[in-house]
Amino acid sequence: MQRYTTPAIVLHWLIAVLIIGAFTLGLVMTDIPGISPTKLKYFSWHKWAGVTVLVLATVRLLWRLKNRPPELPEAMPAWQRGAAHGLHHLLYVLIFAVPLSGYFYTLAAGFPVVYFGLFQLPVLIAKNPALAETLKPIHYWLNMIMAGLVGLHVLAALKHQFVDRDGTLGRMMPGRSH
Amino acid sequence: MKYTRGTIAALLAGVTLIASAIPLKTDVAHSNVSAVFKQMNVPVESKFKSFNAQIDYDAAHPDKATARVDIDTASFDIGEAEYNKEVAGKDWFNSAKFPKATFVSSGIKPVGAGKLNVSGKLSIKGKTQDVTFPINIKAEGGKQVFEGQLPIKRLAFNIGEGEWKDTSMVADEVVIKFRIAAGQ
Repeated sequence: MQRYTTPAIVLHWLIAVLIIGAFTLGLVMTDIPGISPTKLKYFSWHKWAGVTVLVLATVRLLWRLKNRPPELPEAMPAWQRGAAHGLHHLLYVLIFAVPLSGYFYTLAAGFPVVYFGLFQLPVLIAKNPALAETLKPIHYWLNMIMAGLVGLHVLAALKHQFVDRDGTLGRMMPGRSH
Repeated sequence: MKYTRGTIAALLAGVTLIASAIPLKTDVAHSNVSAVFKQMNVPVESKFKSFNAQIDYDAAHPDKATARVDIDTASFDIGEAEYNKEVAGKDWFNSAKFPKATFVSSGIKPVGAGKLNVSGKLSIKGKTQDVTFPINIKAEGGKQVFEGQLPIKRLAFNIGEGEWKDTSMVADEVVIKFRIAAGQ
């Protein structure tokens, strides 16, 4: 079966690792009471990971627009194709929406992002505590929705791999060509 | 006694004379004091919500001016209640023991139009340092506006003890920015 292009595979897995890392850090850091150097460090790492996801997601979207993904297995029923496409579209929306909501949240809270501690990223909006209060739950719930959808995405991949055994997952695996 | 135009004018003139000799009244709504610090290189500017400034300033005799600013250290607002509590705590301002940070001027010298050089003592958390900094004065809406900034090193005042001494997390350099509007 035809595989995704190498850049698409690399971008998929890089983004996957960063999203899982940033999501976990997000849960851990917001659980630390008060403030501590560790907490502030985690906040910085979380923001750097999120911004990196945003950059990679942009590259990925541009690549995707120029490169058609490989066909789905012929035996796959129409509803599954529809569900797969719908889920993929939602995930594409969220890999932008989640980091963007976090980026504007931190700007509204008055903490600009200094990427890797090296240079400050654009401060697109002024500090605005009321907006920060609005964006906080939005950022949280977009994350929870994404976590749910990623769960579905993984379950579907595993089902194709171990139940249907139709090679769907192989299209996105590195270094294996059929 | 019959009031004539003349006596009223004389009275008003007298009032104005007296007024110029008394200290200015700070217009808190149009004044602010903030500190800019860097946390992992992220510049963060936060305000002290509560402070008081007493400025005695006569444009005709700027060298006779005096200033005193008292800042409620517990009023430093980083934007989240939980953080503010931490910053008022023992490692940072220790506001329970040192509720006020104070600046008292010892000498004010005019250095050109609308500029003064101010020297004085800055006390924070029980530590006092001699500081000198320039300020700009301008008239705005019938008030005098005193504006300036004063760079300090937080560790010289024990601001940030224990694990917070690490300046790679929060830089030692902090800039205190102020804008005090005062009038009669």
